[in-house]
Amino acid sequence: MRLLAIGLVAGVFSALFGVGGGIVVVPLLILAASVPERCATGTSLAAIGITALAGTILYGLEGEVDVDLGYAALVGLPAAAGAVAGSSLQQRVSVRALSLAFAALLAGIAVWLLLV
Amino acid sequence: MSASAVAVAVALGFCAGILAGLFGVGGGILFVPTLLGLGLGQLDAEATSLLAILPTVVAGTWRQHAYGNVRWRAALLVGAASVVGVQAGVLIATALSEDLLRRLFALLVLGVAAQLAWRSRRPSAYPSEP
Repeated sequence: MRLLAIGLVAGVFSALFGVGGGIVVVPLLILAASVPERCATGTSLAAIGITALAGTILYGLEGEVDVDLGYAALVGLPAAAGAVAGSSLQQRVSVRALSLAFAALLAGIAVWLLLV
Repeated sequence: MSASAVAVAVALGFCAGILAGLFGVGGGILFVPTLLGLGLGQLDAEATSLLAILPTVVAGTWRQHAYGNVRWRAALLVGAASVVGVQAGVLIATALSEDLLRRLFALLVLGVAAQLAWRSRRPSAYPSEP
């Protein structure tokens, strides 16, 4: 039941913002469903596959929205390589220093989005 | 599209994948701004980001499954329920103006940055989780 509620919230988030929804799935799996941290990230990735597939299809059916295959490949294929590297990194190192680096990168992007 | 724009997009795509592997996300938080930078509108960027998430999470899931970190039953339940939420999300996103959606997205990025910063200060780090 809790898992279904988590999925529902993640789905809205995912389609609204064009993200996978892992931002809400991972903490909710840990806090509400008592899944250990690293298992929560692996399980979230698998769930996102279904979420993003549904989102891609539904947006594709929207007449005025364009799902661009070329651009998706341009960022998505390097990301697949990055995900293999990131998963391997997660098993071996503390993610703390990397968290801070990504926080800084995202803060910069947020400022850019708000200013442009 | 210039060669430098392609290089930046590939680099940010790779970073999005690392983020995905480390934190169990799809990488959309980096895909969407990258696609906006390449000139896509907010809705097109979001829809295209969802497609880019697919190869990312397939690769990530494949690795995490090998490490024994995927609980398939939970993943299928969360994923199946998410499809209902996705329908609502698409309706909301297409009803909002792209400008408002972009601002809301910027706030989301700020929120995630804050969450990551907070997380980096917490004692629990993955390799030796409790």
